[in-house]
Amino acid sequence: MLPALTALLVFQLTGEVLVLLTALPVPGPVIGMLLLVLSLSARGELPVALRDTANGMLQHLSLLFVPAGVGVMVHYARIANELPAIVVCVVASTVLTIAATASVMKALMPRGDA
Amino acid sequence: MMPPRIADIWVYLSASPLLGLTITLVAYQGAYWLYRRSGFNPLVNPVAIAVAALVLALRVTDTPYAQYFEGAQFVHFLLGPATVALAVPLYAQWHRLRAAWRPLLAALFTGSLVAIGSALALGRLLGVSDTTLYALAPKSVTAPIAMGIAEKIGGIPSLTAVLVILTGISGAALAKWVLDALRIGDHAVRGFAVGVASHGIGTARAFQVSEQAGAFAGLGMGLNGVLTAAMLPLLFALARSW
Repeated sequence: MLPALTALLVFQLTGEVLVLLTALPVPGPVIGMLLLVLSLSARGELPVALRDTANGMLQHLSLLFVPAGVGVMVHYARIANELPAIVVCVVASTVLTIAATASVMKALMPRGDA
Repeated sequence: MMPPRIADIWVYLSASPLLGLTITLVAYQGAYWLYRRSGFNPLVNPVAIAVAALVLALRVTDTPYAQYFEGAQFVHFLLGPATVALAVPLYAQWHRLRAAWRPLLAALFTGSLVAIGSALALGRLLGVSDTTLYALAPKSVTAPIAMGIAEKIGGIPSLTAVLVILTGISGAALAKWVLDALRIGDHAVRGFAVGVASHGIGTARAFQVSEQAGAFAGLGMGLNGVLTAAMLPLLFALARSW
């Protein structure tokens, strides 16, 4: 687990440094993710320890959003009177986005691949 | 020696990061227990329940958010390595990704534009303030990217984080019904749509359904993050020059 965790942090750090050097408009961890995919496909196999650590982490991905979500208490006063409009807007827009993305992808997917 | 009074214990605990960290984990485990008891009903979203319980607890004890975050930041920090860890399921689905890159890109562009366009149009229609509108535009993108975009286009980053999480919860809670109504059975398509529309929280939900759905959701989240980060500041610059 320790080597796998170290590898994840090294890739994240590399991503962050690249973003700082190139002023890319993308967060470091996303670049780190892309670099790790590339290095895995160059290597041609997935180390078991990395697979287990990553899957363990991703199983509880939801937990990691909780601290930022609690930040709603800071903004509650600002958005209180707009709250119904915001909720309608977010929910409707999310449903539309899921429907549009899935419909386009389904229509274009090669038959027999699914 | 006198035993310490409750108030003294509280003063000590509330100044240490241990309490914020512990209540975050306890609230999430409790919320997850409820979610499991409900038979994984997507409406019983563990993030929403944990957040509501924590906000209530902080309000009741009169604890400021910044003080809570001293402890909770250790959980928050793991978002970075967890984003990198998404590479693992992505790599596991590599052959399907390569076979389907054309439909993926077309769906990505459509989804990204619908997410931004419908949020702005509906927000305008419902009369929300400009500040909120700018914070709404990048709502479908994972929080760290969305906060950076909001800053660029004149929104408030921490308000954006809250709207991003609301979007994630909506997607995780409603995706099943939307996708069932459209008769979409392929887990690659289902996952990708959820990831594009509702980022990491949607992706977390997709991983509970299947590894394939999760991998494609992670891909959708990553790609939409990159695309929106590149596109939205340009769109706003264009709109303002009119």
